[in-house]
Amino acid sequence: MKFAVTITLKKDVLDPQGKVVGQTLKNIGIENLKSIRQGKFFEIDLDESDSNKGEMKVKEMCVKLLANQIIEDFQIKKI
Amino acid sequence: MMRSSVIVFPGSNCDRDIAVALTKLQFKNSMVWHKETELPRSDLIVVPGGFSYGDYLRSGAIAAKSNILSEVISAGKKGSLILGICNGFQILIECGLLKGALLRNSGLKFISKDIQVKILSNKSKFFKKYKSGEILKLNIAHNEGNYFTSKEHLNELEDNELIPIKYCDKNGSINLKSNPNGSINNIAGIFNKKKNILGMMPHPERMSDKILSNEDGLGLFLSLMN
Amino acid sequence: MTVNKDQIEAHGLTPEEYKKIKEYLGRDSNLLELGIFSAMWNEHCSYKSSKIHLKKLPTKNNIVIQGPGENAGVIDIGDDDAVVFKIESHNHPSFIEPYQGAATGVGGILRDVFTMGARPIALMNSIHFGSPKNHKTKNLLSGVVSGIGGYGNSVGIPTVGGETKFNDTYNENILVNAMAVGLANKNKIFYSKAKGLNKAVVYVGSKTGRDGIHGATMASAEFDDNSEEKKPTVQVGDPFTEKLLLEACLELMKDNSIISIQDMGAAGLTSSSIEMASKGKLGIELDLNKVPCRENNMTPYEMMLSESQERMLLILDDNKEKEAKKIFDKWDLDFVVIGKTTDTSRLILNFDNKKVADIPIAALADKAPLYERKFTLNKLKKEKVEINNLKKIKIEEALLKILSSPNHSNKNWITDQYDQSVMCDTIQKSGGDSAVVRIHNKEKAIAISVDSSALYCKADPKTGGKQIVAENWRNLISVGAKPLAITNCLNFGSPEKADVMGEFIDCINGIKEACEFLNFPVVSGNVSFYNETNSKSIHPTPVIGGVGIINDLKRITNIKTKENGNLILVVGKTIGHLGQSAFLYENFSMNNGPPPEINLLNEKNNGLAVLELIKKGIALSVHDISSGGMLVSLAEMSMSSGLGLKIYKPKKLKNFYEYFFGEDQGRYLIELSKNNLKNIEVLFKKNNVFHEIVAEVQNDTFEIEGLFSLKTKDLQICNNKWYDDFNAIN
Repeated sequence: MKFAVTITLKKDVLDPQGKVVGQTLKNIGIENLKSIRQGKFFEIDLDESDSNKGEMKVKEMCVKLLANQIIEDFQIKKI
Repeated sequence: MMRSSVIVFPGSNCDRDIAVALTKLQFKNSMVWHKETELPRSDLIVVPGGFSYGDYLRSGAIAAKSNILSEVISAGKKGSLILGICNGFQILIECGLLKGALLRNSGLKFISKDIQVKILSNKSKFFKKYKSGEILKLNIAHNEGNYFTSKEHLNELEDNELIPIKYCDKNGSINLKSNPNGSINNIAGIFNKKKNILGMMPHPERMSDKILSNEDGLGLFLSLMN
Repeated sequence: MTVNKDQIEAHGLTPEEYKKIKEYLGRDSNLLELGIFSAMWNEHCSYKSSKIHLKKLPTKNNIVIQGPGENAGVIDIGDDDAVVFKIESHNHPSFIEPYQGAATGVGGILRDVFTMGARPIALMNSIHFGSPKNHKTKNLLSGVVSGIGGYGNSVGIPTVGGETKFNDTYNENILVNAMAVGLANKNKIFYSKAKGLNKAVVYVGSKTGRDGIHGATMASAEFDDNSEEKKPTVQVGDPFTEKLLLEACLELMKDNSIISIQDMGAAGLTSSSIEMASKGKLGIELDLNKVPCRENNMTPYEMMLSESQERMLLILDDNKEKEAKKIFDKWDLDFVVIGKTTDTSRLILNFDNKKVADIPIAALADKAPLYERKFTLNKLKKEKVEINNLKKIKIEEALLKILSSPNHSNKNWITDQYDQSVMCDTIQKSGGDSAVVRIHNKEKAIAISVDSSALYCKADPKTGGKQIVAENWRNLISVGAKPLAITNCLNFGSPEKADVMGEFIDCINGIKEACEFLNFPVVSGNVSFYNETNSKSIHPTPVIGGVGIINDLKRITNIKTKENGNLILVVGKTIGHLGQSAFLYENFSMNNGPPPEINLLNEKNNGLAVLELIKKGIALSVHDISSGGMLVSLAEMSMSSGLGLKIYKPKKLKNFYEYFFGEDQGRYLIELSKNNLKNIEVLFKKNNVFHEIVAEVQNDTFEIEGLFSLKTKDLQICNNKWYDDFNAIN
């Protein structure tokens, strides 16, 4: 069973990388860019057949390690 | 009189350090801001170490898109001598002047220490003042110094003497133990095909003053002087 | 809309304090004004519990250009050069988010230094963690070390040394103290005092977000079991922007456009604008619509209390805006005129064409409450340590136990994560008694050291306070530097507790006495109170950061022994004091007894004699004796070079444990060649300095004649063991 996890910075937290990447995109001619924020992506393959149990396990991974819950949020999608 | 240009990006930290070493050896040196569109006439172009653009996104990725880099790229293609140190090496790779990739250190930590490199071949403009097989003590300070490339390119590098320096121990043994960051084949620096462009992770400018360390790094610049 | 009782309490203000606020305003305050008072009147900004006592410290002499009261201290090192330095804490944020807490601590202290016109040239830190067995320690340790390295390395300032300590007392309250040292031209120091009417007040740097709102209030609150919920207020550092800000400010400072400048630290725009106005006895009026914001719909409250990093406030001279803006545009930083200086002596804030706050500046600064808290000086148990009652242990076992302990083990695994060489002026890196950094392009250097002794301070705060100053002094002398001045970071529990307040006052008394005697003034510093959780305070942990000057680069010493056949002398008498020693603590888990006494006269005489030997080229390597006593210091010298030592049994002291592990103060180990022995006799006699030969340098064996023999290599393995084991377990 596969899951896609996206880790993003919480709404009000400063994203220094996103700020600079956005400016660079503008500098190389990309127009109409309002903002860009940088995050992380994990692709997780579980040995599990029950969807709910699988999602709970992935959630546990996020809470325990993958996301720094002080400054990051996570989203889990089954793929 | 040798003329040098040191490119300065927002976040470059070792620009002053390299300028001091070059000036000490009587190079006529110019500091070139990344927004400039023209390079002064230079015998040597240096892309210095530091944290250009904070190393955000990927080290060197954003600096590689600067105005001045297109001038550096043309100069490089025309045969000008270009030296990329540490972050400079990362920038030369990101802009395509050198091939391969610089990944996160295998220990996953920033590493700052004095290491040894062996000169594998002194047959180049940069290393002619050294002896083949000579061991230098140089300083490294980086997070992403783990050189990696494809098997084909690695064979090309090894077969054509395009790897001037490899990490070794005090006795000159090139092995796992003497490899500080996991670089493939202990590679500490590489040339392009024509050997006019050199990228290296260790900082030669930090080893050019006896009061601080040693003068093992000076040979690199002395080699370039006519 | 006026405030209610709950809001007043939520802002950390007492009903009495609010009563005063109402008197100063002549009415009730609104929420924004309450927030502003709360930020300015909390302990971190106002020093309300400590000011009265800090006044006792000696802060002046002929080399002090600026003492406490500004962003950092400034001392004259000759030849128009000035050194600007300060140490500051970032304890509570680092416990909550260790990487960012430590990183922003480094950022803040760097700004305190370059805001005065100095290019930072070195960073140091003093970090304290709980027991390695505590489940939180590993993550906190690795986060803090990564954060310090991540920020300092990126900005390109070498982190040249520091200290890392472990003790149960910090289990729930770690300490992260960061020190920065900068170099300036003594005639071009910039201050924060506002001057002139109708001058432009300019905001430069990063945009303002909702970061750290109430961070200053967090620093003045204890942790309790609900502290985990306070998490979102921790700020994220951006070292890249800091580097840009540093270069832009230094570039602007080349001429005289800046009248005054202040970095936005704790309580951001609030504290910076008020301090500038207060010092200049002026008023300040801000148009909050002009504040560059990162987020949408930010309120005046959020703008004024935000602790977004990498921002400065400046007051520019007339007609300088255009040229100044060019510089900040070059470095891609925001530059906005957000207000002006006035003669009203009030803080006036406007938003959407309405006046949203109107407060007399004095109420926020000079007239902030000053408390003379109740205190009890601790009665100390003077029980003596009965060495003969202790379980038998071999001397070499006791030594190895100390060398392999968390507090004494080799810390290369930390310092290897810090770039120590960038800027190409680091003459001596960490690992010795002090770091040595050359003054760029000159033939002189400064020595820097940070020191603390929490266990001594807990056992006897006054003696502990004296001891850390003396140890810092010795550490600077040991590299050949003349000690000049100090900065201090005073980390304590709650000042509302009489015994903690007593510890604070007594430590200050001790620091004062040592600083006065040694002519070693305090030029800057920081107080961090409320380091306690569930009402349990940390040990009193004052940290001293000292700076000294070296005028001859050929006369710099380190702890590495140089040559076989040379002798090692101990300067200073050994009585064998084991109270509060590492020997007792590491081998028997005991922390009995008073700490060793400090004899300031001996400290001075011995230190100056050692300095003279270094200047004459007679002392080839030098190491001061501190935690662990003589045998540990001898082992450190040996491990540093790889050479061995043949150590002699003491002639007079009967108990070898007392002799080799006693932590008597005022002592140094010096290496000299045999034929120089007679040359020093005269000097020592003249200065009334006790000395005796303790060892001889030899090949690879570290031994006490007739007692034990080890290989230096084995000492090194033992000394490096702890971290590998610590990492492997978890």
